[in-house]
Amino acid sequence: MILAWLILWLLAGGLVAWLSACRGDAWPRWISLITLLVELAVLAALWTGYYAHGSLAAPERWLAELDLPWIPALGARIHLALDGVGLLMLLLTNFLGIVAVAASWRGIRYRTGFFHFNMLWILAAIAGVFLAVDLFMFYFFWELMLVPLYFVIGIWGHENRVYATLKFFIFTQASSLLMLVAILGLYFVHGRATGVYTFDYGGLLGTPMSSFTEMVLMLGFFVAFAVKLPALPVHTWLPDAHTEAPTAGSVHLAGLVLKVGAFGMLRFLVPLFPHAASRFALPAMLLAVAGIIYGALLAFAQTDLKRMVAYTSISHMGFVLLGIFAWNQLALQGVVVVMIAHGVSTGALFVIVGDLQDRIHTRDLDRMSGLWSVMPRMGGAAMLFALASLGLPGLGNFVGEFLVLIGVYQVSIPLAALASLGFIVSTVYALWLVERAFLGRNLNKWRLPDYNLRESTVMAAMIAVITALGIYPQPVLGTARVALEKLGRYAAAYHQPAAARPAPPAGSAHAGRDGAGGSS
Amino acid sequence: MLRFLFLIPFFPFAGFAALTLGGRRLGRHAAAVGAGSVGLSALASLALAAGFLISPPPGYVYTQSLWTWMKVGGFSPGISLYLDALSLVMVLVVSVVSFLIHVYSGGFMSRGEGRRFFAYMNLFVGFMLTLVLAGNLVLLYLGWEGVGLCSYLLIGFWYRDAANGRAARKAFIVTRVGDTSMAIALFLLFAKLGTLEIQPLLKLAASHWQAGSGLAVAASLLLLGGALGKSAQLPLQTWLPDAMAGPTPVSALIHAATMVTAGVYLIARTNVLFSLAPQVRLLVAIIGAATLLLAGFSALTQRDIKRVLAYSTISQIGYMFLALGVGAWSAAIFHFMTHAFFKALLFLAAGVVIKGLAEEHDMFRMGGLRRQLPLAFWTFLAGAASLSALPLVTAGFYSKDLILWDAWSSASGSHWLWAAGLAGAFLTSIYTFRMVFLIFFGASRSRVGSRPGFIMQAPLVVLAALSLVGGFIEAPGAPFLSGFLHHALPVFQQAGGSAAVEFAFALISAAASLAGIYLAYHLFLRRPARAAALAASSSGRLLHRWWYSGWGFDWFYDRVFVMPYAWLARVSKSDPLDLIFAGASRLAAGAGRLFGRTQTGRTRWYAAGIAAGAIVVLALAVNW
Repeated sequence: MILAWLILWLLAGGLVAWLSACRGDAWPRWISLITLLVELAVLAALWTGYYAHGSLAAPERWLAELDLPWIPALGARIHLALDGVGLLMLLLTNFLGIVAVAASWRGIRYRTGFFHFNMLWILAAIAGVFLAVDLFMFYFFWELMLVPLYFVIGIWGHENRVYATLKFFIFTQASSLLMLVAILGLYFVHGRATGVYTFDYGGLLGTPMSSFTEMVLMLGFFVAFAVKLPALPVHTWLPDAHTEAPTAGSVHLAGLVLKVGAFGMLRFLVPLFPHAASRFALPAMLLAVAGIIYGALLAFAQTDLKRMVAYTSISHMGFVLLGIFAWNQLALQGVVVVMIAHGVSTGALFVIVGDLQDRIHTRDLDRMSGLWSVMPRMGGAAMLFALASLGLPGLGNFVGEFLVLIGVYQVSIPLAALASLGFIVSTVYALWLVERAFLGRNLNKWRLPDYNLRESTVMAAMIAVITALGIYPQPVLGTARVALEKLGRYAAAYHQPAAARPAPPAGSAHAGRDGAGGSS
Repeated sequence: MLRFLFLIPFFPFAGFAALTLGGRRLGRHAAAVGAGSVGLSALASLALAAGFLISPPPGYVYTQSLWTWMKVGGFSPGISLYLDALSLVMVLVVSVVSFLIHVYSGGFMSRGEGRRFFAYMNLFVGFMLTLVLAGNLVLLYLGWEGVGLCSYLLIGFWYRDAANGRAARKAFIVTRVGDTSMAIALFLLFAKLGTLEIQPLLKLAASHWQAGSGLAVAASLLLLGGALGKSAQLPLQTWLPDAMAGPTPVSALIHAATMVTAGVYLIARTNVLFSLAPQVRLLVAIIGAATLLLAGFSALTQRDIKRVLAYSTISQIGYMFLALGVGAWSAAIFHFMTHAFFKALLFLAAGVVIKGLAEEHDMFRMGGLRRQLPLAFWTFLAGAASLSALPLVTAGFYSKDLILWDAWSSASGSHWLWAAGLAGAFLTSIYTFRMVFLIFFGASRSRVGSRPGFIMQAPLVVLAALSLVGGFIEAPGAPFLSGFLHHALPVFQQAGGSAAVEFAFALISAAASLAGIYLAYHLFLRRPARAAALAASSSGRLLHRWWYSGWGFDWFYDRVFVMPYAWLARVSKSDPLDLIFAGASRLAAGAGRLFGRTQTGRTRWYAAGIAAGAIVVLALAVNW
């Protein structure tokens, strides 16, 4: 039942925050902050509890589960379940939620109540996505997430927000529809084969189907997740949405919405369609590597600081896609760490850009220069997260990307080598960012206040997380391990694509998958 | 005693943390905190070295595991330290030289910038000590990248000048190219051998791989890539001369004594892999020989005192690579040690000159400074003598002569390598004494504004002493250092040559050194017109410009890498892939307009449309 409360608490907090706005702008801020802090405390208590009881090491059971009938006629149930990866994602969700609330403390000046309502409902929907193990429910939360985000960008966004929201909505909506079709397809295929019509994840695993059907259904999911991730070439909504979103929206987008796509691939796409995913691995990994390089190149090309950070996201998420389709424990653990590290580091960069925009009212790199000399604290924070972005050992991103690459190398040497070029191109954009904005002489004679206590606290918390993740990621790895091993077992067929399937269509490419040494 | 090993890198890291997090009050004592933490680290390593020598641990190896860094299946690199003869020598040199340079910096840097400066410097020392003490390659990589970061931060320390930022970025990116190659080496080694713990890995490699096997070649080539970047060897040497944009103590510490020799350490540490790949080892020797010559020529033509020293550093590391390539492992480490002493000294003494002349770097605007800055002169002279391998009395002579002799006599050596090294030695003494004569002799051209205080002088004197007598640790007949290092490094394989031949070769290299000094005296002090005429002749001008620009590598890389990348970025700035969707949306809008046209409001057209549609449908229905 605790799982339902985790979602309901956020939904309720959102409503209360909205209603409280009539009493003044401070109310919704404090209410959201307290709601999230309480939820984070509960999650932390759960985490330590699981640690102490050793539940994280118990292989076959969910950490917590809620299973209630919902629409019996359809076979849809209210089925929520928590595993290690989901727990980590929930922690990240709440942490970044707090960051987003704190970062928009001063920036949001009108319709504060509705803003915070939207914020909390986004978080609730995302929590639902991480918890749902009934595909009908999953789709419900998946769609629920979009609406408040649409409002956040559309109402509190910057100049070009209408175009950005439209684009964002069309991309995500069109791709979600494909997923809906794929979900229904799977539902009927499973029902026809077994006589049991269900949306339940556990029930749908290992559904027998022809390889053509499997491939089509898999692609339906893939497109939806790839848009969210985002993967090339369906990434183009992201720079626009990010650039126009208010800071909190960007933090949610980068930190959480992108993770939902990756999480969907981890939990649903590969386990439900292991053979098709395996056959699709080479194209997916090529897209991933292309995304790593392309994102970094375009990040370097931008003059709008926020757009630049948005493109770095595309580059980082390329590592996630690459790691998922390498599908061994090294790469998958790496994926989880990259997801968290990217959420924190890119989130922090968006917060910094937002703080900067609040001060100088522009995001144009050409108008910044020498800001270090006026705002050393902000400069230091920006430097640190730029370094995290370029994968400096000792910070979280390195651990993730290194694990992904060392895992990918077991599967494909050329792809690992190409992806390693990401280390070089990311250095180029990260140093460029710091140099253009913060180094050099203060040409525009900016006289600006440095970080105040609130802003410094936010940054300090994020720095603490990214550093801890970099030098002692063991708690995270330990939490994710069993869940990932379980996913590995669900998709055991991933590494023997031909064996389990009676007659794969001729010419189905297994190239690039030889030497895939199982989960190590 | 050895239990306290972790304290050696811990102190500088603690100093960094204190300087970053401690408030303003601490900032006023930044120099004391910065130098103090490194001093503690140097003391700890001296004490540890004494303990190590008096009661050596079993097998001359001590390991210490602090915590597991990341554990995924069989991949579990720890934060673990590994102390053996090789890392002990490195730790000693690094911590002691770092301490001396920190003390000097206390006088060199102005008060206002001290906190940030010493924070970065301490961070650097911490990472450097982590690098040399790392028990596994992942931790070594952490130190490796960490020192690269500090190098970046310190080259661009005076960030208000955009040129410094550019130089810093260039250094980071160029070395990152090498680092990426090293990262791939790590992936390969883990995939094939299943561990990245250095010692087990080397044992596995030795037992699983045959000499010259493809895997051994690939692994050592990729590691070599990393070493080339960090140690500024061909073809990744271009960043080091520009790195001189940093404050002079930084150049002394990072870009002369310690970080740039990390590549030498890496190759020595993984010598088993390189021994399994003789082709790659030959390549190492050739790269070393080529680099030492090219950089030597470039050093001859520079006007900026720090750029001469930078090219000289590249060239001297070339000697170390040459030694590594011919299997003279301990000779390479010996030269690393003496080079750390005399090159740090030269930079620090140059710093005194530069500061004394209010940031003047051009040697042609100096001159006659030996009376005004006597201590700088005598110490610089000691360093210069050591760099030019002045026979018998300098440390540099012993280490360089050893490399030359080993290059000739090694089982994998060659006469060509020896000849290149000898020519390089001749070049070295020319450009070194060109500096000495231009700066300290001749007519006085400028007045010295400020003179160094005691805390800047003391490190100079200590380093000068080390540059002169440091060589006796490996004196012919009593090779203490290589005897000690053989607990960690393989013994040098000599092909032939008797003591008498060795003595004759020592005479030859001594002659090369002296001849170079004489030539420098002749060209730059006695007949400066002759040198000017030589440089002004048409072929002289061409060569001069070519050498001066570092053989045109920057020009080439700019055109092949930098400009195309920038161009690609410029043309794809607005995301070409978005055109697909922009096109689709335009198509939809166009189609909408097109069909909108049909809504004319004229009944006749509508009726015609209905009729036409009905005919088509009927036709289809009938024919089916």
